[in-house]
Amino acid sequence: MEKVLLKNMENPNSADINEYKKIGGYKNIPKAFEFQPKEIIEEVKLSGLRGRGGAGFPVAMKWTFASAYPNFPKYLLCNADEGEPGTFKDRPILEKNPHLLIEGMVISGYAIGAEYGYIYLRGEYPHAKDVLNKAIAQAYDNGLLGDNIFNKGVRFHLTVHQGAGAYICGEETALIESLEGDKGQPRIKPPFPVNVGAFSKPTVVNNVETLSNVPYIIEVGSEAYSKIGSQECPGPKLYCVSGHVEKPGVYELPMGTVLRDIIYMHCGGIKGGKRLKAVIPGGATTPILPAEKIDCPMDFVNMPKHGSMLGSGAIIVMDESVCLVKVCYRILKFLEHESCGKCTPCREGTGWLRSILGRIENGEGAEGDIDLLLSVSGNMAGKTFCPLGDGAASVTQNFIKHFRNEFEEHIKRAKCVMRNE
Amino acid sequence: MFNETVLKEIKQISGKYPTTRAALLPALYVAQREFGHLGADAYEAVSDVLGVPKAIARGVGTFYAMYKHKPMGRHIVQLCTNVSCMILGAEKLSDFLKNKYGLEPGGITPDGRFSLVIMECIGACGTAPAMLVNDDFYENLTEKYIEEILEKYK
Ligand SMILES: Cc1cc2nc3c(=O)[nH]c(=O)nc-3n(C[C@H](O)[C@H](O)[C@H](O)COP(=O)(O)O)c2cc1C
Ligand code: SF4
Ligand code: FES
Repeated sequence: MEKVLLKNMENPNSADINEYKKIGGYKNIPKAFEFQPKEIIEEVKLSGLRGRGGAGFPVAMKWTFASAYPNFPKYLLCNADEGEPGTFKDRPILEKNPHLLIEGMVISGYAIGAEYGYIYLRGEYPHAKDVLNKAIAQAYDNGLLGDNIFNKGVRFHLTVHQGAGAYICGEETALIESLEGDKGQPRIKPPFPVNVGAFSKPTVVNNVETLSNVPYIIEVGSEAYSKIGSQECPGPKLYCVSGHVEKPGVYELPMGTVLRDIIYMHCGGIKGGKRLKAVIPGGATTPILPAEKIDCPMDFVNMPKHGSMLGSGAIIVMDESVCLVKVCYRILKFLEHESCGKCTPCREGTGWLRSILGRIENGEGAEGDIDLLLSVSGNMAGKTFCPLGDGAASVTQNFIKHFRNEFEEHIKRAKCVMRNE
Repeated sequence: MFNETVLKEIKQISGKYPTTRAALLPALYVAQREFGHLGADAYEAVSDVLGVPKAIARGVGTFYAMYKHKPMGRHIVQLCTNVSCMILGAEKLSDFLKNKYGLEPGGITPDGRFSLVIMECIGACGTAPAMLVNDDFYENLTEKYIEEILEKYK
């Protein structure tokens, strides 16, 4: 497959505008401007593009709502918060291919009727911030951003807004709060951001990878695009693989590539020839899969049928040496730390789950602790204000569902059964 | 109070947003750079320039992990211990920093050279374990490599 998102990555100067233009960059903006905004949205609709931020929401649907809502100005926000543990797929675009993202944002802004864009960049990516700011300055100098792009009277201004270390700001309404200068606590929906979003105006929030698909759709057309990968949700997909594989990294593959193939064909299999124990396929808060359940096509439609989710495409591979009670504990510790505190089931529940998991891992678990974990998580699931709290419940439930035995052994033998000392 | 140059910088930042309030997060970063950490004087300066009540500025500032509320070392070692780093040995590295440099999470070395902050995933999971020192990424860490890296920061 031709590389779309990771194109030109081997070029050390790929972030420079001239290098980007050399490989045909920015030619899709004038091409897009020959069409009406509505026609662009229609093209994106026919392409089947779905959001790559985790939820897989159809992009054109969001765009249609925002563009139809009669309130101005409108905003286009790029979600570059990339905080889901295990995820590092947007970073190569941000650091090495910033002009692809800018080109995608100009076209998307035109389609929606948004004249202002912000890239909400996580605070932990200082290098990406410098690269983006430089790329944006170059784009302004080249008339690709500003009040009259390509002399077509199209206006689009772009600014990088730096987050400050809060995972919850990846959730789109928390992101908007944070952009507006507030604590990153999610808002109640409705109203949806497409109607009342940033600065109370119609707002589209899309992930970095999502927006970076747009120039290619304009280039090859929706029909060719929709033939890549899965039929139900086509396109190229970035999978970022970490943990115990021979060749970890970011892989651009057709959407729907089978998890087993990603691990064994593309990543060279399990490190040191060890035995695979489990995989977390879509970022730390997606349901864990045991080794025998990895024959699943990695896309938004098929993963739920196989008991997990595509999430951010962050594949964490764990070999036989890993203690899953400890991994579960670490994820809950993360979620407790990142809970924004707005709703009780999550604020209290994450702390309780972390604490119970911690004592089981330390050999101080009591009989009945597993049921207690299930009871606490059962009282959180479906009752939290945003998906972070649900994620905490589902992580706990799925670890226990697939590896209950390991939890039981920890309690019975009053120690971590995976530690060899 | 900020000096003239800094005031101008913040004015310029807030020009990029439709509301002054939206400049709060960037202004807190500027204050942190100027004051070293966000104490009462820093919040007062931010509050003055943006016209945001001090209590609000502090409420927002304390929500975010990257704003520091006590003096930090000259160099901030930010070690990730989330899942991908953990299963590849990040905890041993954290022990190593403690034993060799006396660095505890949230702490500072007596000579004021380093502070240690334990990070949630920093987006370097494919080259785990990983850390940032100030603004620089270091990946595929080992104890020996950490020793070499920290030599560079005086
Ligand atoms: C707790 C939480 C964290 C999230 N973090 C991110 C993130 O870091 N990056 C991202 O693009 N989307 C993240 N999302 C999803 C966003 O809310 C939103 O769905 C997405 O940015 C929409 O863009 P898309 O349609 O292009 O996927 C997160 C959602 C939740 C609930
Ligand atoms: S579920 Fe958690 S993160 Fe989401 S609003 Fe409630 S407390 Fe905040
Ligand atoms: S888990 Fe450590 S960088 Fe992602």
